Amino acid sequence: MSDHHHKETFITKYVFSTDHKMISKQYLVTGIFMGIIGVFMSMLFRLQIAWPDTSFSIIEAFLGRHQDGGVMSPDIYLALVTIHGTIMVFFVLTAGLSGTFSNLLIPLQIGARDMASGFLNMVSYWLFFLSSVVMVISLFVEAGPASAGWTIYPPLSALPQAIPGSGMGMTLWLISMAIFIASSLMGALNYIVTVLNLRTVGMTMTRLPLTIWAFFVTAIIGVVSFPVLLSAALLLIFDRSFGTSFFLSDIFIQGEVLHYQGGSPVLFEHLFWFLGHPEVYIVILPAMGIVSEIMACNSRKPIFGYRAMIGSIIAIAFLSTIVWGHHMFVSGMNPFLGSVFTFTTLLIAIPSAVKAFNWITTLWKGNLQMNTAMLFSIGFVSTFISGGLTGLVLGDSALDINVHDTYFVVAHFHLVMGVSAIYGMFAGVYHWFPKMYGRMMNKVLGYWHFWITVIAAYGVFFPMHFVGLAGLPRRYYANTAFPLFDDVADVNIVITLFAILGGAAQLIFLTNFFISIYKGKKAEQNPWKANTLEWTTPVEHIHGNWPGEIPAVHRWPYDYSKPGHEEDYVSQIMPLKEGEEES
Amino acid sequence: MTALFYILLAIVIGIAIWQIISIFNLKGAIATEKDNNTQGILFAVFGVFFYGLMIFSFWKYSVILLPESASSEGARIDNLYMVTMVLILFVQAITQFLLFYFAFKYRGIKGRKALFYADSHKLEMIWTIVPAVVLAGLVLYGLSVWNDVMDASDAENPLIVEVYAKQFQWEARYAGTDNELGRANVRNIKGINTMGVDMTDKNSLDDIPTRELRLPKGRQVIFKFRSQDVLHSAYMPHFRAQMNCVPGMVTQFSFTPSMTTEEMRANEKTMAKVEGINKIRAEKGEDPYEFDYLLLCNKICGSSHYNMQMKIIVQEEADFNNWLSTQKTIAEVVQE
Repeated sequence: MSDHHHKETFITKYVFSTDHKMISKQYLVTGIFMGIIGVFMSMLFRLQIAWPDTSFSIIEAFLGRHQDGGVMSPDIYLALVTIHGTIMVFFVLTAGLSGTFSNLLIPLQIGARDMASGFLNMVSYWLFFLSSVVMVISLFVEAGPASAGWTIYPPLSALPQAIPGSGMGMTLWLISMAIFIASSLMGALNYIVTVLNLRTVGMTMTRLPLTIWAFFVTAIIGVVSFPVLLSAALLLIFDRSFGTSFFLSDIFIQGEVLHYQGGSPVLFEHLFWFLGHPEVYIVILPAMGIVSEIMACNSRKPIFGYRAMIGSIIAIAFLSTIVWGHHMFVSGMNPFLGSVFTFTTLLIAIPSAVKAFNWITTLWKGNLQMNTAMLFSIGFVSTFISGGLTGLVLGDSALDINVHDTYFVVAHFHLVMGVSAIYGMFAGVYHWFPKMYGRMMNKVLGYWHFWITVIAAYGVFFPMHFVGLAGLPRRYYANTAFPLFDDVADVNIVITLFAILGGAAQLIFLTNFFISIYKGKKAEQNPWKANTLEWTTPVEHIHGNWPGEIPAVHRWPYDYSKPGHEEDYVSQIMPLKEGEEES
Repeated sequence: MTALFYILLAIVIGIAIWQIISIFNLKGAIATEKDNNTQGILFAVFGVFFYGLMIFSFWKYSVILLPESASSEGARIDNLYMVTMVLILFVQAITQFLLFYFAFKYRGIKGRKALFYADSHKLEMIWTIVPAVVLAGLVLYGLSVWNDVMDASDAENPLIVEVYAKQFQWEARYAGTDNELGRANVRNIKGINTMGVDMTDKNSLDDIPTRELRLPKGRQVIFKFRSQDVLHSAYMPHFRAQMNCVPGMVTQFSFTPSMTTEEMRANEKTMAKVEGINKIRAEKGEDPYEFDYLLLCNKICGSSHYNMQMKIIVQEEADFNNWLSTQKTIAEVVQE
């Protein structure tokens, strides 16, 4: 196969490529583009939160008919938070993160020429692209984009009478998500099949890098849970367009009784969160895998507790499918169910704690190479702990009563899955950029990017906990209607300033990323002196990854600083020395 | 804090320009020993910043937090919260310290080899079992509070109140002398009967519809929530109470108010908070604010979600009964 070369045109090489390396780059660039939109939206609505009555020319310039004299309308505020959430969770942190690195690393790290089905992989990307296009188009419809929150709870999302965004905007949102789910499922099936069937000689499951374990398990969660969201979306389309009553009942709005009878919004909440909660692990597990790999490599030490790390990935994945109800403690469901979900939710803290301690122990007595990717990995562990711990408050039904849907929740999930997963993504980009583009990213810009981002992120989300504990609900266009919250205004200004700082810092990343593609230093074959297989392929991309035979694997991926070896790393393709024991 | 921001922003812009100009000359990509040293030290500095930010936030922002709970169930929640918070801060302080300290202490030196330390069953058992035991305690404590708060079946002579939500307004209905709410459905909404009460149900006649929510101190109140259009959430932060209002079904929550509005106004923490608020309002030339309990909507419900509120007044039971007796029943209201 390796000597068999297709004739490649521009179209087959750069557009409709079936090569996993090109597809991974397509995912990354699309994800970055969507990320720019998502982050920019957050800047706009943070301006509104901090200075609700002030006119901003940037708002006037971008929001057109949805603003009045530079002050945004309440409806577009809700639309912005809705689309910000949707884009960041699905388009950036699911497709952009998992899509990019699963595609890049699964074949390269397990020793395969490509994905099991290159064609399906290509279709998966282009469906993702299509869904992104539909989502972006939805921003421009007459009544504004979907604005019922990223959780699109009916009846608000079902009735255009209730909010204008639930008209055409919501229809496009649902179409976009349906396409997105199809894309995601094709990707996930491909990842699972590839990992199970295409490992090279000697690459047993317990010699897989933790990245692959994370991507593999993530794909399984995706296959289990995404179809449920699809069914919820379809039933919602039925309710909206064909008059069924799956989620609606007894509604009186704008002076008339609607015909709906017998449905329940609580059913929708169950279906939504059956995906929605595993979704946060679909987002965070790949980041965990990436961080584990990068930490071991840059600490020049084996990852501590490799098998426990695999076990905790599996445990988290399993538990993630039986905790969705902790989003619904005050939804009106039976309090007994609340008890069960409290129990299962707090169980997740155990494997999470194991992971956190294992990462910290990996650093202990290491020889830390402070590459940008390593900085972001350490940052990941910090935000994951900070955000994860407040999960003990939110996962406990009794405590959730009072902080549910306040800014405390916003602070919690942004730290634990938003910021952490983004750090994982940045770490991955800095680390595997040489593998993707054959060049290196600039490290000084990387350092500045990291430090400003990390200060800004804590500057935004640490004070935000207090805003929530003051009782301020999320998704409020302004809190000017409540003198009670007048003293929160100052904190909101601080948060917005740090948010702008953090947003601006991403310009450093974008500059570094795009200039380095063309002007970066040429990469060596194995710049980070890593053990895994992707660094045994040539720098220049070739179809099929390895010019000759795929190398066989003889050891696990974490033989860093192993006694008895001269170098502080031993590639997985090195046979065991005589008398050497496998770790 | 604002000044710090502008200084940081100015530094960032300056550095960005300088760096972007020089990027074409910079070829550095892999961390050198010097980088390891600098970045390791920066982690130590950041660790100090991190603890500083935590301490600063607690010092500066504690005043904006909610005052003590005004319901007896809420007091139990607050205790659980304090226990959980102490635990969280303890773990946070230790783990973040270790993380930043190790990043500083083990910053790379050329020629040094890391310790090949792949596994320790003993350590891993410790940090599996210790969290498991602590969490078991937390779960048991949490569930006992949850069951206590959510179970109103043993209430003695509770007051029954319906809280009714619609875009973007709250209404209330007291169960009247029979302490039983009449049936209701949105299909009965007509004219003044805005909550769709079924007037053919004899339990309905003595129900009392109101536009304000008054509660008696010391008597358990069972709230029945309904919504006529979209999801809303009845959030009463001072009582640590919240429940969604779901079209098509009736949801329930209960608590026992333990402090009247007057008592809460005289509470030390409330006074400190109100003083802070009034200082801000005075600067903006606004009227001073007087504390009141609030019911606010906490589930996104449309354009004016941010202004869907109702005042709650807690009174001594006798005062409350006097007030209630002056209110018209729904039968009287509809007849007019």
